[in-house]
Amino acid sequence: MTATPGATPTIVLVGHGMVGQRFLEALAERGLTATHRVVVLCEEPRPAYDRVQLTSYFSGKTPEDLSMTDMEFIKTHGIELYVGDPAQTIDREARKVTARSGLVVDYDVLVLATGSYPFVPPVPNKDAEGCFVYRTIEDLLAIEAYAKAKAKVGAVVGGGLLGLEAAGALKGLGLTSHIVEFAPRLMPVQVDEGGGAALLRTIEDMGLSVHTGVGTQEIVTDESGAVTGMKLSDGSELATDMVVFSAGVRPRDQLARDCGLAVGERGGITVDEQCRTVSDPHVFAIGECALAADGRVYGLVAPGYEQAETAAATIAADEAAFTGADLSTKLKLLGVDVASFGDAHGTADGCLDVVYSDSRAGLYKKLVIGRDGTLLGGILVGDAEAYGTLRALTGSVPPVAPESLVLPAGAGAGAQLGPSALPDDAIICSCHNVSKGTIRGAVTDHQCTTVPEVKKCTKAGTGCGSCVKVLGQLVTAELEANGVVVDKGLCGCFSQTREELYEIVLALRINTYQDLLDRYGRDEARGGDGCEICKPAVGSIIASLAPTIGASGYVLDGEQAALQDSNDHFLANLQKNGSYSVVPRIPGGEITPEGLIVIGEIARDFGLYTKITGGQRIDMFGARVEQLPLIWARLVDAGFESGHAYGKALRTVKSCVGQTWCRYGVQDSVRMAIDLELRYRGLRSPHKLKSAVSGCQRECAEAQSKDFGVIATANGWNLYVGGNGGATPRHADLLAQDLSDAELVRLIDRFLMFYIRTADRLERTSTWLERIPGGLDHVRDVVVEDSLGICEELESLMAAHVANYADEWATTINDPEKLARFVSFVNAPDTPDPVVGFVPERDQIKPDLPLLSIGMRPAEEVLEGSAQR
Amino acid sequence: MTLAPETTDLKIQLRLDSPEGDWFTVCDLNRLVPGRGVAALLPDGRQVALFRDRKGELYAIDNRDPFGGAAVLSRGLIGSHQGRPFVASPLLKQRFDLLDGRCLDDETVRVATYEVRTA
Ligand code: SRM
Ligand SMILES: Cc1cc2nc3c(=O)[nH]c(=O)nc-3n(C[C@H](O)[C@H](O)[C@H](O)COP(=O)(O)OP(=O)(O)OC[C@H]3O[C@@H](n4cnc5c(N)ncnc54)[C@H](O)[C@@H]3O)c2cc1C
Ligand code: SF4
Ligand code: FES
Repeated sequence: MTATPGATPTIVLVGHGMVGQRFLEALAERGLTATHRVVVLCEEPRPAYDRVQLTSYFSGKTPEDLSMTDMEFIKTHGIELYVGDPAQTIDREARKVTARSGLVVDYDVLVLATGSYPFVPPVPNKDAEGCFVYRTIEDLLAIEAYAKAKAKVGAVVGGGLLGLEAAGALKGLGLTSHIVEFAPRLMPVQVDEGGGAALLRTIEDMGLSVHTGVGTQEIVTDESGAVTGMKLSDGSELATDMVVFSAGVRPRDQLARDCGLAVGERGGITVDEQCRTVSDPHVFAIGECALAADGRVYGLVAPGYEQAETAAATIAADEAAFTGADLSTKLKLLGVDVASFGDAHGTADGCLDVVYSDSRAGLYKKLVIGRDGTLLGGILVGDAEAYGTLRALTGSVPPVAPESLVLPAGAGAGAQLGPSALPDDAIICSCHNVSKGTIRGAVTDHQCTTVPEVKKCTKAGTGCGSCVKVLGQLVTAELEANGVVVDKGLCGCFSQTREELYEIVLALRINTYQDLLDRYGRDEARGGDGCEICKPAVGSIIASLAPTIGASGYVLDGEQAALQDSNDHFLANLQKNGSYSVVPRIPGGEITPEGLIVIGEIARDFGLYTKITGGQRIDMFGARVEQLPLIWARLVDAGFESGHAYGKALRTVKSCVGQTWCRYGVQDSVRMAIDLELRYRGLRSPHKLKSAVSGCQRECAEAQSKDFGVIATANGWNLYVGGNGGATPRHADLLAQDLSDAELVRLIDRFLMFYIRTADRLERTSTWLERIPGGLDHVRDVVVEDSLGICEELESLMAAHVANYADEWATTINDPEKLARFVSFVNAPDTPDPVVGFVPERDQIKPDLPLLSIGMRPAEEVLEGSAQR
Repeated sequence: MTLAPETTDLKIQLRLDSPEGDWFTVCDLNRLVPGRGVAALLPDGRQVALFRDRKGELYAIDNRDPFGGAAVLSRGLIGSHQGRPFVASPLLKQRFDLLDGRCLDDETVRVATYEVRTA
C-alpha cells in the first residue's frame, strides 16, 4: 500500500465484531501488524465475542466464555483497541476518522466491519417498554432482566433462524413462548415446504405456539406504556408481556453513506472482488455491512471470514478474491437438527429432488440432484447426521445412489457414507474454508495426532462446530492410514482399553487398583494416584469379578472404597444441592401395601420428597448424608435392599401385569421379571443395565427399549438385546426365540458376561452392539453357538456373582467403621451441612437453589423438612 | 475399631487466615482413607475439603463447588495429572488442582486452598 516514505502507515478498523477480529488475525498472520500501526474502534462495551453462540448464554455460558478476543494477542501485536468508542464521521478527503470520544485518527487504509442491525418493522408502539431485539450480549441481559422481573408470556416476531433461537431462549427463561411469522412456514429462507412442516410439528411438540402466515400490526400497551399484547393481521390479538423482534437484519452502512461511499439499493457498502469499496481505493468493507461483488449481502459468519482474509491479503498486495460463498448452515435449534446446503431450493435447471419424509417422527430429508447425477444441495430436518459428508460431496456425483443417502439407517437400503469417500478438495469446514486435503496434511505433514491439535493447526472446527464430528473421523482414518497407532487407551493413566484391562485382571487375578496401575499403567502414571476415569472403571471390573479374583464383594471394603465414584461411595445419588436420593429395590415393580406404607412412613418421618420413577419404583429425595444410615436401617429392617440407582449396575427389571391378570397375557411376566431382577441385582457393569419383561406381544413393559428385554410367546420367551432409551434411543434386536425359562436365563447370563468383558467404559449395550466387529451376528455366534468356546466360563463367572451377592446397605449399616463416613463434617458429626436447604413446592420440598449461589446461610433458617421428627 | 496407636496420636491441623495465623485442629489423621476426602467445618462457618493421597500427603481446599454451588468437593475422586494432585467434582466433574486450587478445566476459576499439617 502507499504510504509516506518513512512514516508507519496506519490501518483503521471500524467495528470489532466477529469479522473484524478475524481481519486482525489475518493482518497478524501476514506480518502486517509489524509494518503498520493498527487502530480499532469498537462500539460495543466489550471486545469481539462469539455472536453465533449468543444463545448459549442461556445455557450457562458467561459473556467471558463468549469472548473471541485474546488480550494477549492485541498486546503482542501492538494493536490499539478503543472499546466503547464508535467511529462517528469519516473525512475521506483528509483520510481521518473521528470517534465519539473526540479521538481523531489518520488512516492510509480504512476497513469498515460494522455488521448489521436488527430490522424492526415500523408497527405502532414498536419501542414500547418490553420490546427487544436479539443481537448483542447487552440485548440478552436486558431480555433476561425483563423476563425475570415482569413477564410470563413472550412473543417473537420472525420465525427465521434467529427468531427460533430467541423463542427457545424465552422458553428457557420459563416463559410461554409464541412465534409469529409472516411467511407460510418457519425458516422460509433455509427450508422448503416439506421441511417447514416437519420443523413445525417438532417445535409445536416442544410447547411453543407457532402462528404462520400472519403479520404483526400493532403492539398493544397498558397505561404505563408497557407491552400487553400484539394485534395480528388476521384480526386476532395475542396477549404477551414482552416482544422480541427478529425480523431480519440490515447492513449498518450509515457511516459509509454519510461520507459518500456507494451503497446498494437495499443497503450494503458496495465492494469489488477484493472487498475494496468501489468508490474509494483506500476504504474496504467486510462482513455483514458489505454488498459483495456477486450482488449479495451475506448474513453468515463464514463468508465474512473469507472477506476478512481477502481484504488482508489485498492490503498485503497478495492476490485474493471473494466472488461469492455457500450459504450452507447447520443448526441445532431447540434441540432439533436443521441443515441446508448448496442449492437447497433446487433452482438449477432440470434438477430433481430425492425426498424422504416422516412427519410422525419430525424427519424430512431432501437432496437436489442435477441431471448428470451431481449432488447440488439439500435440506435435512430432524436428523442432520449426514450433513458434514453431504455438504462436502456437493458438486460431485455421490458414490452411491442418492436415495440410499436419505433413508434412515436400518431401513434396509440406508447407506452411511463415511468421510473416506470424499475427494481431497471437498470442503470439510465451511466456516474456515478448510478442505479434506488440508486436514490430511495437518496429520501427515504437521504431525498433528489429535482433533484439538488439528483444530489449532488448520482452524477447522473452531467456528460453528458442525464439522467437528467429520473432523474426528478424518483424523482417526488418516492416522490409521499412516500406520500411527491411535491411542485408544482408557485414560492418561492406562494405555490399555477397558476390555484389555478386564482380561489382565481376570487372567492374572489382580485384585487391587494400585497393583494394576503400578504394573500395567503408563510409565508416567505408575506410583501416582490415577484419575477419576480409570479408578471407577477398574473398581467396576474388580467388583464384577470379585469372587473369581479373590477381591471382597463389598464395594466399600478397603481400597475399593477409594475407587468408587462419589455416588457409589455413599451408596446414594448426589443431588444438585448436596443432598442425596434413596431408591430401594422393588423387583419387577411389585410391592405389597405394607411395603408402600413403610416407604411412605420413612419419607414422611424424614421429610423427603417422593416420586414414582420411570423405572417402576419409588425415589425419595432430599436426604442429608448423615440421614442415609438412619433411613436405610429402617428400610433394611422392613426387608428392602439397595436398588443400585447410584451404580453402574443392574437397575430395574420392569414388568407388565402379565398372564395372571391380563386377558391377553401368555406367560407370567411378573414372576420372570422378579426372578431376573433378583438374579442380576448388584452386578457391576461398564454402564447401567436395564431390563423388562412383557406378558405378550402388546409389550406394555417396553422390553424392546432395554439392554435385555423379554417378551412372552405362546411357546416361551423371546430375548431382545441392545435396546436403549435415553438420548439416542435404539430398539433392541431379537437374539433368540421361544426359549424355556432355563434357556432364557442361561442366554442372558452369557450375554451379560460377554458384554461386561468386552465393552468400553460407559458404553451401553446398544452402542457396544453397534461398535463391536460383526455386531449382533457375532454376539449371537459367541453366546448362542459358543463359537469362541467361552460360554462355560461366562456362565461360571455369573454363577459366582449370584452366589456371592449380598445387599451392600445391610452390610454397611452393620459396620460402625463404614458408618463413620456418613457425616457432613468430620469434626462436627452432629452438624448438618447448612448449604443443603429446601423450600416447599406442591406440598413437598425441593432444593433451595438461589441459596447455592450465595453459598452459606445460618443453620436455623433451614426448613425443618429434613429434620427427623 | 482397632487403630494403630502411633497414628491415633496424629491430628490434622489447618492454618486459619486470621491475623495470628492459628492452627486449627480438625480430626485424627486416620479418619482420612487414602485416595478420598472428608469435609470439615471452620469456626467462621466456612467448609474445607481435606484429602489424603496414596503417599500420605494431605491437601485442603474450599469445599464448595464454584460451578454447582453445593459444598461437595470433599466427596470427589482424587487423582494425579503430570505429577500434580487434583480432585474431580462429583457434580459435573470439573477438576481442581489440590496445591493451588486452580480449576484445570476453566482457567478463570480457582478455589481457596489451606495450609495443612499433622501434629
Ligand atoms: C429417577 C429417574 C427419573 C424419574 O424420576 O423417573 C432417573 C433419574 C436419573 N437418571 Fe435416568 N432416571 C430414571 C429412569 C430412566 C429411564 C426410564 C427407564 O429406565 O425405563 C431412562 C431411559 C431408558 C434407558 O436408560 O435406556 C433413563 C435414562 C437415563 C440416561 C441416558 C442413558 C443412555 O443410555 O442414554 C442417563 C445418563 C447416563 O446414565 O449416562 C440417566 C441418568 C439419570 C441420573 C442418574 C442422572 C444423575 O446422574 O443425577 C438421575 C439420577 C436420579 C437420582 O438421583 O435418583 N438416565 N433414566 C428414573 C429412575 C428409574 C429407577 O427407578 O431407577
Ligand atoms: C443470535 C445469533 C445467532 C447467529 N447464528 C449464526 C450461525 O449459526 N451461523 C452463522 O454463520 N451466523 C450466525 N449469526 C450471524 C453472525 O453472527 C454474523 O454473520 C457475524 O457476527 C457478522 O460479523 P460482523 O463482524 O460482520 O458483524 P458483527 O459481529 O455484528 O460486528 C459488527 C460490530 O461493529 C460495531 N459497529 C457498528 N458501527 C460501528 C461504528 N460506527 N464504530 C465502531 N463500531 C461499530 C458493532 O457494534 C458490532 O460490534 C448469528 C447472529 C445472531 C445474532
Ligand atoms: S404386555 Fe400383554 S400381558 Fe402384559 S399387560 Fe400388556 S397386554 Fe397384558
Ligand atoms: S463448519 Fe463451522 S466450524 Fe467447521
